[in-house]
Amino acid sequence: MIVTIQNFADWRDKARLLLAANFSPQEVTFHDQRTGAGLFADDPLPSIATKMAFRVDREFLDAAELAAWHRRGDKWNLLYRILWRVTHGQPRLLRVESDPDILELRRMGKQVSRDAHKMKAFVRFRRVVHEGEEHFVAWHRPDHFVVRLTAPFFARRFSSMFWTILTPDESVTWDQRELQFGPGVPQSEAPAWDALEELWRAYYRSTFNPARIKLAMMRREMPVRHWRTLPETEIIGEMLHEAPRRVAEMIRHTEGCGRSAAEFLPKNGSWDDLRAAVLRCQGCDLYRTATQTVFGEGPIDASLVLVGEQPGDEEDSAGRPFVGPAGQVLNGALSEAGIDRQRVYLTNAVKHFKHELRGKRRLHRRPDAGEIVACRPWLVAELERIAPRVLVCLGVTAAQAVFGHGFRIQEARGRVLPSPCCPQTLATYHPASILRVPTPLAERYRQLLVRDLRTAKELAG
Amino acid sequence: MDLRIKLTILADAAKYDASCASSGAKGRRDGSTLGSTEGMGICHSYTPDGRCVSLLKILLTNYCIYDCHFCVNRVTSEIPRARFTVEEVVRLTLDFYKRNYIEGLFLSSGIIQSVEYTMEQLIAVARTLRQQYGFGGYIHLKLIPGASEELIHEAGLWADRLSANIELPTQADLQRLAPDKKHETIVGAMAEVRERLAEVRSDRQAGLHPPRFAPAGQSTQMVIGATPTPDRAILQTAAALYRDQQVRRVYYSAYSPTPHADARLPGQPPPLMREHRLYQADWLLRFYGFEVQELATEPNGNLALDIDPKLAWALLHRDQFPVDVNIAPREMLLRIPGMGVRNVDRILRIRKYHRLTTDDLRRLRVVWRTAAPFVITDDPNPGLQQLDRVDLRRRVRSKPTTPSLFDGFIGEDER
Repeated sequence: MIVTIQNFADWRDKARLLLAANFSPQEVTFHDQRTGAGLFADDPLPSIATKMAFRVDREFLDAAELAAWHRRGDKWNLLYRILWRVTHGQPRLLRVESDPDILELRRMGKQVSRDAHKMKAFVRFRRVVHEGEEHFVAWHRPDHFVVRLTAPFFARRFSSMFWTILTPDESVTWDQRELQFGPGVPQSEAPAWDALEELWRAYYRSTFNPARIKLAMMRREMPVRHWRTLPETEIIGEMLHEAPRRVAEMIRHTEGCGRSAAEFLPKNGSWDDLRAAVLRCQGCDLYRTATQTVFGEGPIDASLVLVGEQPGDEEDSAGRPFVGPAGQVLNGALSEAGIDRQRVYLTNAVKHFKHELRGKRRLHRRPDAGEIVACRPWLVAELERIAPRVLVCLGVTAAQAVFGHGFRIQEARGRVLPSPCCPQTLATYHPASILRVPTPLAERYRQLLVRDLRTAKELAG
Repeated sequence: MDLRIKLTILADAAKYDASCASSGAKGRRDGSTLGSTEGMGICHSYTPDGRCVSLLKILLTNYCIYDCHFCVNRVTSEIPRARFTVEEVVRLTLDFYKRNYIEGLFLSSGIIQSVEYTMEQLIAVARTLRQQYGFGGYIHLKLIPGASEELIHEAGLWADRLSANIELPTQADLQRLAPDKKHETIVGAMAEVRERLAEVRSDRQAGLHPPRFAPAGQSTQMVIGATPTPDRAILQTAAALYRDQQVRRVYYSAYSPTPHADARLPGQPPPLMREHRLYQADWLLRFYGFEVQELATEPNGNLALDIDPKLAWALLHRDQFPVDVNIAPREMLLRIPGMGVRNVDRILRIRKYHRLTTDDLRRLRVVWRTAAPFVITDDPNPGLQQLDRVDLRRRVRSKPTTPSLFDGFIGEDER
């Protein structure tokens, strides 16, 4: 028995007759009208006057109706086989989700649902103005016959618009009141362009994070066969091409975030090992332009340690800390406070000279947060070994290296505070800042520096 | 400034927010003429990073007076800045929506002038869309912690979802990296939303018709890996937010190399795998009846990276296995590695009519390689012999694959 089916309602009517006449699934072959009828003409259906009473679950009808939108031509045979089994001793068959027929039914239903979902996602309207009236037109190629399944969604969502969705199988138009279905049309009939797509692509490009590339995931969720109707996919190639450059830029701009001196630090080495290692440090880029590393100087059993910002021009040439103009200001302040420089350990938060060339002059530039953090392992190593009783931070850079980024020198200058590096830490002005501010203020700063150094001396004993 | 350049800057600045959900709200808004929320979110596109594009996710401005070290928009960051007008955002949203590019708008902002002023600007966008243009699509508004009760209430009137970002797992982390933000202010904003949601619910139960308030509830996000805080503390914070503030989702965002990221942060982003494991653990907390103490069992308080958290738990509790799939209660079925909630519910339905075999489980697409040593079926299961093997961990570990980060992002609210 050969039977041709047009749609689900048609199948339901014919299947009911066949079932009543007791045709088993082996005796019937269904053909699908849309995917091409068979070679042979239909056999006449049995005509049964008496209505045979049989009931099937709503659940089966829903699942069958969904699967009926599938493009597969043999779907009607599967549905009839399941119907036969449900009405012949297995009323609960649908609950046995591991049964091969049920799995197949569910799989087809799932594919249809997914395709309907993708249609809702991937339809891209283009705006057309015709006789002053705005119309939105899209062309989409669904995998299954889902136009009628999804049309109500578009009608709900875009109820105040005039829109048309064209597909190769069928088209649908909404005139703000009702849906009208028409024949399928080729893509060439659809509008080719919408000015807004340029903005949409700009958004698509910006919202992409080039540091994470997962093409398989993208292709699984947005199958390549749909790409030709998705305007944004045109620039995927470009985006991937520029991704390595964008990531490199991101990392370069990370201000040294990814690097630090930690990897150059000897593990449990002696003081001399530490000294030797620091000379080879490439934990940030400052080593490229500086003459040499300027490490700390002084007795390694000192009870007082002073930390400055970074070596200056003269320190960079000499390879020793605080030998330039700021060093002279510091020497003066130290002796005024009654401190013997020979008994103090002097070092800097950053061990290389950061500068920019202005003609022949090398102008000091403040190290940024990345360089401070990158260099911090050296400072920590020095302080761990010396374990001073008192630590003095000269200037905000040193104080931030010790206390953290949030430290404000105007608020906390001169106060003795516990820090991660030393239980008694105090921050004061950097001698170089005294050289940079106008004279009356400079003298005031200098007095505060001396006073703070005196405090430190008393605490250090 | 050209609209396209603004869009480029302000979409770029917003892309670090992990949330992309557009689900959870259903039903038509009164007076809406364009747009709908259908309960289930739609991903209209995917970028090559594998992420879904569902909403127009932008900042109103990336100028900011705060200095949160992990954030690309902090005041000390040297990036190009831009600011949209309210009308520009409204126009863009409508234009994109009408072409079916998006489900709606996700609007956040840097803090300009003051918390209140910024919040008012965000609200103005949502109000204009709803009132002036009858927009019925999805709107997710970011709450600016510290905004007044009145502003939070108005935001919820127009938005489908509200979110205040918890930012970092602990108060100590916040102190270190987000000096301008306080845990209690952020949680305070969430509590405000929770209370308002409860009021609306009880009004509705009393037969009243209260105005809509954030029908898709609230969510939050935290950056992970920017501080050494272990997974256990992260999950404890998440569990507390689910319990006390009834947030729908906590999003975890692996600290990734952002332009100009502050140097106080660790340079290498934690493996994306960590983020993936946190999402898995989060799932186990919400849908599988696990407690935080049962997860994050590695000595350092972290989740194992090489195996999923459920498998890690099972390997430590082998005395509770094997589990007979034909008789075990739901709670125990949920603890079988390689088996999801959906399959557990299917098994419960099937076994009323039919005793399950190993073939049945395979056909249900249980991850058999992982599940086999832990289950008893109606037929002999040779996999059971492995349960007592010392090297079981290595044997059941699935081949390393790139975690699909956003696997969990769609679908959850649809339950």
